[in-house]
Amino acid sequence: MSRGSNKQQASESQTPVHPPRWAERLLEWYCKPALLEDLQGDLNEYFDRNLNAKGARRARLIYIIDVLKFFRLYTVRTPRFSHPFIHWLMLGNYLKTTRRSLMRNPLFSAINVVGLAVSMSVGLLILGMITDIQSYDQFHEKKDRIYRVYSQSQFQGQPSMSLATTSVRAGEIIRESVPGIEDLTILRRGFGGDARIGEAVVPLGGLWADASFFDVFTFPLRQGNPTTALKEPYSLVLTEKSAEKLFGNADALGQTVQLDSTDYTVTGVMEDIPRNSHMRFEVLVSFSTVALQQPDTDGGFLSWESVTMNYVYLLLAENSVPKSIQANLDQISAEENALLPTHTIALHLQPLRGIVLDSLENPIGPNLSKSIIWVLGGLALIVILSACFNYTNLSIARSLRRSREVGIRKVIGALKRQVLGQFIIESVGISLLALLLAFSLFLFLRQQFLGLSPFLQDIFSLKLSLRLIGYFIALAIGVGIAAGFVPALFFSRIRVMQVLKDASGMQLFRHINLRKALIVLQYTFSLMFITATLIGYKQYQGFLSFDLGFQTENVLNIRMQGNASDRLATELSELPAVTEISRSRMVSSLGSIYGTQVKYGTPQDSSLVWLNYIDEHYLPLHEYSIIAGKNLNSKSEQAEETEVIVNQQLLKRFNIGQADPAEALGEQLVVDGDKKLTIVGVVRDFHYGTVVRAIEPLIFRYSSNEPSGYLNVKIASQDISVSMAEIEAAWKKIDPVHPLDAAFYDDQIEQAYSQFIVMVKVIGFLAFLAICIASMGLFGMVVFTTETRLKEVSIRKVLGAGEGNLVYLLGKGFLTLLLVAALIALPLTYLFFDRIVLAKIAYHQPMGWVELLAGTLAVMLIAGLMIGSQTLKVAHTNPAEVLKSE
Amino acid sequence: MKGTNLGEFEELVLLTIASLVSDAYSVAICDELEKQAERKVKLGVVHAVLNRLEEKGLAKSTLGEATKARGGKRKRYYQVTNAGKAALIRSKEIRDQLWSKIPQFVIKWA
Repeated sequence: MSRGSNKQQASESQTPVHPPRWAERLLEWYCKPALLEDLQGDLNEYFDRNLNAKGARRARLIYIIDVLKFFRLYTVRTPRFSHPFIHWLMLGNYLKTTRRSLMRNPLFSAINVVGLAVSMSVGLLILGMITDIQSYDQFHEKKDRIYRVYSQSQFQGQPSMSLATTSVRAGEIIRESVPGIEDLTILRRGFGGDARIGEAVVPLGGLWADASFFDVFTFPLRQGNPTTALKEPYSLVLTEKSAEKLFGNADALGQTVQLDSTDYTVTGVMEDIPRNSHMRFEVLVSFSTVALQQPDTDGGFLSWESVTMNYVYLLLAENSVPKSIQANLDQISAEENALLPTHTIALHLQPLRGIVLDSLENPIGPNLSKSIIWVLGGLALIVILSACFNYTNLSIARSLRRSREVGIRKVIGALKRQVLGQFIIESVGISLLALLLAFSLFLFLRQQFLGLSPFLQDIFSLKLSLRLIGYFIALAIGVGIAAGFVPALFFSRIRVMQVLKDASGMQLFRHINLRKALIVLQYTFSLMFITATLIGYKQYQGFLSFDLGFQTENVLNIRMQGNASDRLATELSELPAVTEISRSRMVSSLGSIYGTQVKYGTPQDSSLVWLNYIDEHYLPLHEYSIIAGKNLNSKSEQAEETEVIVNQQLLKRFNIGQADPAEALGEQLVVDGDKKLTIVGVVRDFHYGTVVRAIEPLIFRYSSNEPSGYLNVKIASQDISVSMAEIEAAWKKIDPVHPLDAAFYDDQIEQAYSQFIVMVKVIGFLAFLAICIASMGLFGMVVFTTETRLKEVSIRKVLGAGEGNLVYLLGKGFLTLLLVAALIALPLTYLFFDRIVLAKIAYHQPMGWVELLAGTLAVMLIAGLMIGSQTLKVAHTNPAEVLKSE
Repeated sequence: MKGTNLGEFEELVLLTIASLVSDAYSVAICDELEKQAERKVKLGVVHAVLNRLEEKGLAKSTLGEATKARGGKRKRYYQVTNAGKAALIRSKEIRDQLWSKIPQFVIKWA
């Protein structure tokens, strides 16, 4: 009301004062259309009178009061309850119109449907993955109350490690002293061996588990009593599959199984573990067994510090709060850590749901980093949005063609929101049609995706279920609404008279900028993807061909699987193809790391160093370069160990022989707590881990027999397959039970980077998709623009423009868009890789101009071809044909 | 007969419509009534009555020509229908009859 007060000071005859707009609109809203006009007129007349008589403020006030007073039964229109059903009734008509519109423009329809289908297929894949992960561990009855205790272990002066495992002592203390816990179970990993039944030998692996295992987890037992099955020592619970492997169809309960010379009694047979369980095992052995044996490979079975082999799971009581349990755990940690000067271990709780996606070391089963799902989901979303942009772009551009239809609908009586509804139903319909195509693509993609890496097959099954199909349909509807919303909004705002009088008088100017922005966005993403793929691929190639500091060509690594290496070595040395043989506990540069504590000089100066056990042939076989001293001497197993070889990083770490490595010879290191070893040689730094890690201090110790390690065999052979057959025969003589597990070093290195190449492949595929969609979108726009500008081109041709001129004229708009996209995409990608990704890789390849520009040039070329072909077609048209028909 | 019982105000409005031959729309009717009956007449009441009269069939309305005044909104002009005329005449007859029955001295005294 006070709004008009300023105006009223000015001369009223010059600036017409209006009644308040909101009141007018309120009247228009509630009043019956038949009575509306004259009622409005009457109120306006009174308003004018009041203006002159009483001034603007009172006039407005009276107007408002009148509008409110006229809200009566006879003036108010009937509520629009019938409107929602309008869409239902009109559905048939909408579908008919949609179908006709699709068939009238096969090119644009195809672009839309195929674009949506292709992008949705990726979305379907991601949905499948997410549903799979969500379904993990859902079969446990008490799943909401199950938590795992994990440890964070930190040695003084070194970075902390987060482990899924923890100590037995922690489990015992929690069981005794922490309130609010209904049950607790302790597991131990690493049980494995060859099970002997009569003549048959079957290798089996699994876990040690204590008696409360079946109380916490829901693994139903086919045979046996869940409460007592794992109580007695030397009790064994088999899964149905293992039972079948060992006993066939015979009854397994009560039988004796000999595993690695120890007898176990089968006390239960459980149902096979469902696929979506984070825990995988073939057998369960009672925990009391290992408690009797008290193994000390990890430094004391019951020690607080031995946190690498055991898992502790808690079942919280009904009304327990995890926070209070955590407080108790912190207290326990504080007490125990006080006794250790250099080692702190913190205990944390994690819920059952989060285990599959966590990033802790020593996982108990298959494990996937959460960031992978986020990244893939984000990329899929970008591709889907790209396809939606296409739909929006093409629909708005072609809006002219449908504007007459919309005009007539509005004249007949469609309201704005009904037109909106029609076009949204149309886009949802197209989206569902695309879903059918996307579904078949999904089936194909699923196969390819799972085949990328056995790791993926382990975690995901991507089975079709009713729920998944429901999610698919929801995705299609969502995509349809997202894609069609802006065009629908656009159509519903069309002004009737404007359209019916002259269809070409539509205001497109505002929207041209929107379309340009969308094209630039699409191409920016496509360029980023393709450049990322090229950079990633170059890195991968770099990994494979990196100079690791030693030779890997033609070296075959054979896993000993528990056999003594001497016999096999003798057998193999007889073969002509074999030139050299050495032994080692592990194979370096594949990603696994063995470490140990080493002290030098003062007792406090201890450090974690990398470690490998090798024999005297190892260094020469792999052509390591020894820069000071000599190779290890061979010694028998019984003799005292005295020698050690170190690398340059170790010298740096302990500050020995910095000027001349030879000074380090003769120095002594202390390993295993108190064993003294003399440095007899220094080897040049080489890549013990993958090239992603920096090089760290390392020692080589001597061992002539590594039954759990590898035999490294250098092969010089014309015919590899024959040599492999000979090696296999030699193996069978030594170990007829286990199959030969041998791989070429180069293949193993390739395998080590397989996760990386999988990511590169996935991003490459997405890049391909994004480029396809962006190109299709651009193609659609080009075709549309050239069609609409046909007349202009013809007139220019008549006036004398050459073909080159015309092509340039038509195409330059698009080319500038592409250039803008390139200018945005390339620096962003470069920065992203430089700062984030490559910074994490210690030894990365530098980014060259080739990778940065090759992708861009290829995409520009494709775009240029499309633009050129269409514009040439237009430039060739005969002006007479076009200008003949006005 | 149903619907021919005119209320007092309805009758007044109907008479006013009849008297304003070609200019009988809501605002004019309001003004005329105020002038003649010397009482404040609200647009809302008149509007409702006009609507009721139309529903009963005693008056009919048409929309007029569009003019610049009133923000371009047209006026609704009312006319008395035959049924309305009959009702008015009937009503007047009843009153006249009643009046004629009153003896002289009752009225003369006032």
